Amino acid sequence: MANYTLNINGVQQEIDVDPSTPMLWVLRDHIKLVGTKYGCGIAQCGACTIHLGDDAVRSCQLTVSSVGEKPITTIEGLSENGDHPVQKAWLEEDVYQCGYCQAGQIMNASAFLKSNSNPTEAEIETAMNGNICRCGTYTRIKKAIMRAATSENA
Amino acid sequence: MTLVKTTYNRRSFLKGSTLAGGGMILGFSWLASCKPTPEQIKSMPKEWFDINGFLKIADNGMVTIMSPNPEIGQNVKTAMPMIIAEELDVDWDDVTVEQAALNTDIFTRQLAGGSQSIRQGWESLRMAGATARHMLIAAAAEAWQVPADEITTNEGILSHEASNKSANYGEMASAAGAMAVPEEVALKEVKDFKIIGTDRKNVDGLDIITGKPLFGLDIDEEGMLIAMIVHPPAFGMKYKSMDTESVKAMPGIKDVFPIEVYPEGVEKQWSDGGGIAELVAVVGASTWQCMQAKKALKVQWEEASKPESSSDHDAALTKLLNTTAAAPARQDGDVKKAFKNAAQVIERTYSAPFLAHNTMEPMNFFAHVTSEKAMLKGPVQTPEFLEKTLVSVLDMPLEKIDIMMTRMGGGFGRRLYGHFGVEAAVISKQMQAPIKLVYSREDDMTQGTYRPAYKITYKAGLDKEGNLIAWHVKGAGANDDLVFENRFPAGTVDNFLAEKYTLESNVTTGAWRAPRSNFIAGAEQSFIDEVAEAAGKDPIDFRLELFDRAINNPVGDPEKNDYDPKRYAGVLELVKEKSGWTNGGKARGVSAYYCHNSYVAQVLDLEMEGNTPRVQKVWCAVDCGIVVNPLSAKNQIEGGIIDGIGHATYSEMTFENGKPIQENFDTYQLIRQQQAPKEIESFFVDNGIDPTGLGEPSLPPIIGALANAMYKSTGKRYYNQPFISEKQVLG
Ligand code: FES
Ligand code: FES
Repeated sequence: MANYTLNINGVQQEIDVDPSTPMLWVLRDHIKLVGTKYGCGIAQCGACTIHLGDDAVRSCQLTVSSVGEKPITTIEGLSENGDHPVQKAWLEEDVYQCGYCQAGQIMNASAFLKSNSNPTEAEIETAMNGNICRCGTYTRIKKAIMRAATSENA
Repeated sequence: MTLVKTTYNRRSFLKGSTLAGGGMILGFSWLASCKPTPEQIKSMPKEWFDINGFLKIADNGMVTIMSPNPEIGQNVKTAMPMIIAEELDVDWDDVTVEQAALNTDIFTRQLAGGSQSIRQGWESLRMAGATARHMLIAAAAEAWQVPADEITTNEGILSHEASNKSANYGEMASAAGAMAVPEEVALKEVKDFKIIGTDRKNVDGLDIITGKPLFGLDIDEEGMLIAMIVHPPAFGMKYKSMDTESVKAMPGIKDVFPIEVYPEGVEKQWSDGGGIAELVAVVGASTWQCMQAKKALKVQWEEASKPESSSDHDAALTKLLNTTAAAPARQDGDVKKAFKNAAQVIERTYSAPFLAHNTMEPMNFFAHVTSEKAMLKGPVQTPEFLEKTLVSVLDMPLEKIDIMMTRMGGGFGRRLYGHFGVEAAVISKQMQAPIKLVYSREDDMTQGTYRPAYKITYKAGLDKEGNLIAWHVKGAGANDDLVFENRFPAGTVDNFLAEKYTLESNVTTGAWRAPRSNFIAGAEQSFIDEVAEAAGKDPIDFRLELFDRAINNPVGDPEKNDYDPKRYAGVLELVKEKSGWTNGGKARGVSAYYCHNSYVAQVLDLEMEGNTPRVQKVWCAVDCGIVVNPLSAKNQIEGGIIDGIGHATYSEMTFENGKPIQENFDTYQLIRQQQAPKEIESFFVDNGIDPTGLGEPSLPPIIGALANAMYKSTGKRYYNQPFISEKQVLG
């Protein structure tokens, strides 16, 4: 066990866990932020996506010991009231079915739009290919991302 | 006007009771989910009045509607309350929705499965709304001393024109709860619907996109431990022994022990499905610690029955198709003679592998079992049956067992089988502590309860004019006999023979989104395409000719035929028109199927990218009667289409000596964004018929449309799923 101070959603959090613990479980079991989801644990599904600095990363692969000073943002901290342009676009398109994958989709999409604010359809498909939606909401996800991109550029 | 008898269990009426703390609780969830405007805050209710178990009305006119059925992503949590709100006649903006707990005194069929929630709930939900409205009117009539039939309602307002009196529902709610429950109530005419048939967004949308703890896996209770299981590594194996010393000493680990989930003599329900009788439980402080302990744990297993490999399944299914049933499932005319006289005979065999459900949220359940009572909470499609099994397993009376339902991260049939709830209860009982049972993805994928592997042979005979004169279908499946003998094309062909066989397998199987249909439709609709081509006919015209036959001159007893040929033809004609169907040129396929009481026809355009199909567009025509919420109905249709395309193209579960080869998403391929259809457009037949299922019907036929379009592009027919094997895609 070791002590870590993490900056999560703008709040300093002290925790005492094994250094090999993935951030996914630190967030879910220790910090009690359960918006970040477990889907596969092996970097295949994207349900666990969070932001480390500006980058979308898979928290199931990010050990707590490798985070350092970098700020972490989870779905709970993406916006104050669910009004990030990507979240708003998700509401507009009524994207979700079961909803389980959507936090990961939104976190990946929001980081992607930061790096490419005017993407083509093909670029969206490539960027989002690592996020599985078992319910098959892919066409709506794509529409929502295009909507968010347009609203951000407006 | 439709009058329905009210059929409540009278115990369910808590007359005029103000719910202790109800306003508080609801106020909170309302605040959290809607970000109220200042006007809304001003109108926060002080008191709530329970009208009939289905709904509560607050003193200020706000309404809470209980959604009785489990929510697995099919969006009944929006649609079912919409039906109540329609008959209650309220403004949808004044409605909040809560998930009801299991309560069979009030609600009938609290089960998600078979696309039946809306179909079976339709009348009782309408009745609940209409009854409440009736009682509100009665209360106003008494208060104003005017005849009830002169009182009208409009979006939560009661009015009496002659005396110029009006009140909102909230003002009458308390009195309404004390009114007599009417013997029968009038329901609205379809043409007067204001909420049903309109697009309404998912009531949980904001909670989903902000990461609120909605799911079973998100449960966190005071003093709760995490539990994981280790199940046999192969089908045909059972628990023998283990050495727990070193693992028990690992950080955070509280205990490791074998559990008997279903000891000898317990009364199991169908919903226990492929639940494994004996498992190993690992209990600890956190999920990661349990995962580490699971890895380190050495368990000895022993053979309980002969282990099977995929090649065994394939050979055994083929063997079954080469036998002849003593008693066919259906027989019209004389196929033997007809085939002899046919100008052309076509025979093809189709196959599909086992599939895992792979709900995005793995199986899990919370349980707190003490000697006094059992409290369970989690994602299960069949809470009522879970409760029954628990009575037997825990040896505890029904009244002492409480089950709460959470939102589910996908179902697809998997959560019909609530063995994980039983496992959680047994572990909690042993630990004397609240526990949350968590399956790893690997546990989930290798547990079993799969879509069965299937094989089917079709044989068709055509006369010189290209008319279908004989049809012979023979199907076999693992633990499932596959063929629906009275579905299309039964009733359209003079000489018809259907045979079905079951392969007994120790690989456990269960219902998987649109059971059987999820394979049959693709096989049958590809075969029809091939037969139409041999007949030299357009594939849509060929099918329409068959439906004409079933409409005008059906073969056999038309009552026996399990479909309505007019509605079938209706969706085909609709999709033909909408897609601007032409049979030449494009890589385009068509398909139609009927299941779960709904009719679907699809046209699909694709381009091959290498050997991988990329669907450019799907046109989907659906006849599911009245569409309660078109916005989410379309979402279900799109999901089913993507699901069908994905599994038929990429997915399979295979076995080597009973051991599942695929354990996670690195080897089990699911469809992804780059492989998904670029566009899906859905159309509904508007016929005012009572609504039927939508969670499943769009999936089965799309596999046929896909195979037929792939043929157009590659010149090759696709008989065996997955059409593109994983090796080809992953390289
Ligand atoms: S849980 Fe991290 S990628 Fe699937
Ligand atoms: S909405 Fe269910 S997995 Fe994406």
